Amino acid sequence: MPDNPYSNGGKMEKSVVSVCQRYANDRTRLLDILLDIQHELKGITPAAMEVVAQRTGITRVEVEGVVSFYAFLSSEIKGERMIRVCDDIIDRQKGGREIAQIFAQELGVAVGGNSADGRFSLEYTPFLGMSDQAPSVMINDTIFTALTREKARRICSRLREGAEPADLVERYGDGNNAHLLIRSEVTNNIRHAGEVLLNTLDANAGLIRSLGSQPQAILDELDKAGLAGRGGAGFPTGRKWRVAADTRADRSYIICNADEGEPGTFKDRVLLTERADLMIAGMTVAAYSVNSTAGIIYLRAEYAYLRPWLKSVLQHRREQGLLGRAILGREGFDFDIRIQMGAGAYICGEESALISSCEGLRGEPKNRPPFPVEAGYLGYPTIVDNVETFCCAARIMELGSAWFGSIGTGRSTGTKLFSVSGDCTYPGVYELPFGTSVQQLLKQVDAPDAAALLVGGPSGQMINMSQFERRLCLEDLPTGGSVMVFSKRRNLLEIVDQYLQFFIDESCGYCTPCRVGNVFLKKRIEKVRKGLCELEDMDYLKELGRTIAMTSRCGLGHTSPNLVLSTMQNFPLVYAVLLKEHGDGLQASFDIQSALEESRRLAKRRSMIYDPNYDEA
Amino acid sequence: MKKRIATVSLAGCFGCHMSLLDIDERLLDLLQQVEFDRTPLNDLKRFTRHCDIGLVEGGCCNEENVYTLQEFRRNCDVLIAVGQCAVMGGLPVMRNAIMHSEDPLRECLETAYLNSDKIYNPSNRIPSDEALPLLLDKVYTLADVVKVDYQIPGCPPSGETLWNILEALLAGRPVELTYEQLRYD
Repeated sequence: MPDNPYSNGGKMEKSVVSVCQRYANDRTRLLDILLDIQHELKGITPAAMEVVAQRTGITRVEVEGVVSFYAFLSSEIKGERMIRVCDDIIDRQKGGREIAQIFAQELGVAVGGNSADGRFSLEYTPFLGMSDQAPSVMINDTIFTALTREKARRICSRLREGAEPADLVERYGDGNNAHLLIRSEVTNNIRHAGEVLLNTLDANAGLIRSLGSQPQAILDELDKAGLAGRGGAGFPTGRKWRVAADTRADRSYIICNADEGEPGTFKDRVLLTERADLMIAGMTVAAYSVNSTAGIIYLRAEYAYLRPWLKSVLQHRREQGLLGRAILGREGFDFDIRIQMGAGAYICGEESALISSCEGLRGEPKNRPPFPVEAGYLGYPTIVDNVETFCCAARIMELGSAWFGSIGTGRSTGTKLFSVSGDCTYPGVYELPFGTSVQQLLKQVDAPDAAALLVGGPSGQMINMSQFERRLCLEDLPTGGSVMVFSKRRNLLEIVDQYLQFFIDESCGYCTPCRVGNVFLKKRIEKVRKGLCELEDMDYLKELGRTIAMTSRCGLGHTSPNLVLSTMQNFPLVYAVLLKEHGDGLQASFDIQSALEESRRLAKRRSMIYDPNYDEA
Repeated sequence: MKKRIATVSLAGCFGCHMSLLDIDERLLDLLQQVEFDRTPLNDLKRFTRHCDIGLVEGGCCNEENVYTLQEFRRNCDVLIAVGQCAVMGGLPVMRNAIMHSEDPLRECLETAYLNSDKIYNPSNRIPSDEALPLLLDKVYTLADVVKVDYQIPGCPPSGETLWNILEALLAGRPVELTYEQLRYD
């Protein structure tokens, strides 16, 4: 039985107090405190929240607000083994839900509940970042991929015997996945290595060269290279860094956004595994160029298995003089990095929400302006960039802007990592120059029966076969990396419906257009799927979609209607076959019989108007 | 030919009808242009002919409301939802908030007729005469049940607003309402 903090208050309190002390009772480290408590006590009960509140000097409600915000924190006590089954559309198509049923049956635990003996908990999680090796499951911090029924049963029987999840890994993946500190069965699936990031390279050459030049020269070099942010928005990196450098403040921060939560994106997973040094070198270059002393790697909770590895890379760099005090012997250049774990919130991939999360708050976006580069983490200028962006920056400093600018297209220079999954023979990570056409990519991944392509994840666009000539770059089809392939067999409206549920679940709830609008969108899509809509419902969807996109507070709501709008535009027939014109002016979705059912039962009589055989009763 | 208008109040309070009467002496102008078919204003209970415009106040909370609304839809070319109840459900829709109950309609009736200390109900029974229409499982707006051509918000919309809308509609020009006419705080 897990400890019950109510019956054993003394022990709970002791653990909570010691966790708080670990972080000097600092309220800005609340997320770390709560994650540690969750880890140690398997839940953060109201009594534990009270103790945290007292220790950190905030109210219990503030603590509860943070606990309730994140999917990986819970106010109930969970089992010793938390099993999270990835419920993304790709995992579902590969049988993820059947795998969940096997775990449920074998361990005697319902999805969303605990087993009777309290040892196991089972949940669905929206996206584990393993689409190229789906279906996947996370047990505590250990990832299991490419699950079959037999493998799931094997895992269950070992779990019942009491085995540690980490000991259940049957084979190690390639590259650093087999490293002593990772020991994961995740495979990299690098299918094509380009010349910027995935080829053999010297991770620190760019950093060493940077320290030989003036900070101003670094910013000029990035501008000349035309480096654009790799997270999806494509903001010019040089311009971002320059604003931070020009903002007068006592200190500034460099944050690496390793929270890749956009379903279908898993390229940062590969970079974190194989190019951690390069990424940190890139962060260090940023620190040097804007004179910053502290950085944070915001690592998504789903990638917790990479944490010990990243910590060791950081430690190793400190020992080599590449991080910490007087980097590379340069007096006055001190820079160090800590890892901030996320706790399962898609919205925290948005930079201002990510900053809120680092500050120990609910992961809600902040108002802009001021932008993070002017006033970000703790109110100081903060550069937030994607893992891939930092890696590119380090390479530009090594080989120069001319080299980088010669790859790609006019506005989109360099290469881009694409994570491809779905109905293709070779799912995985492809490093290709910006401007590669969809057709070329599909040829490489071998997807002869691709009928629809979701570019940029659910917040991107669904394109049809006539658009496969389009090019993957900021000028045409932008993507943070996610490319999902769907064959003719797939039901597009099911995909739309499921991703609307994803946005409903992941909306932070702050602004009405996003919190309420996405629910309305989903309801109308459900109606379409049931064949209860007419042509005018299409106008409603379009207008509502545009309203949500235009009036929401942050990127989540700005992009959540994209999937509805792009499927309506690119696959009109999918909708058209389900629309019916009735012409009687009545709403097909209104069913008077079911609306009266409850009343008939309570009044114990039938309807005088709507039951034709009323008199016979 | 004069245009024909029908009006009705479903789950409403007749406040919107009172507002229509607030157009005062302009009622005479209106009667120059239109003829009232079924409406509480003349106490006609059935449609006598097909109508051009139907004004419906109140949402749908029982089967008779639905029946009447469907009849209005069939008999009117242009159907207008008048007032907050018709557009969004209004006060009656508060019962839809009992959504987390196993048996929301029962809970609603028991609260209204049995379990409140504010009521006098010596029989301790929930009214269930045959003459009473059956309640719907929840309150529906007009647009949930039939297609609605125009919706006029307000509780109630002012006589001035209703007059402007009818005037424009009868003249066949777009409706233009001032900011004040659509402001309700």
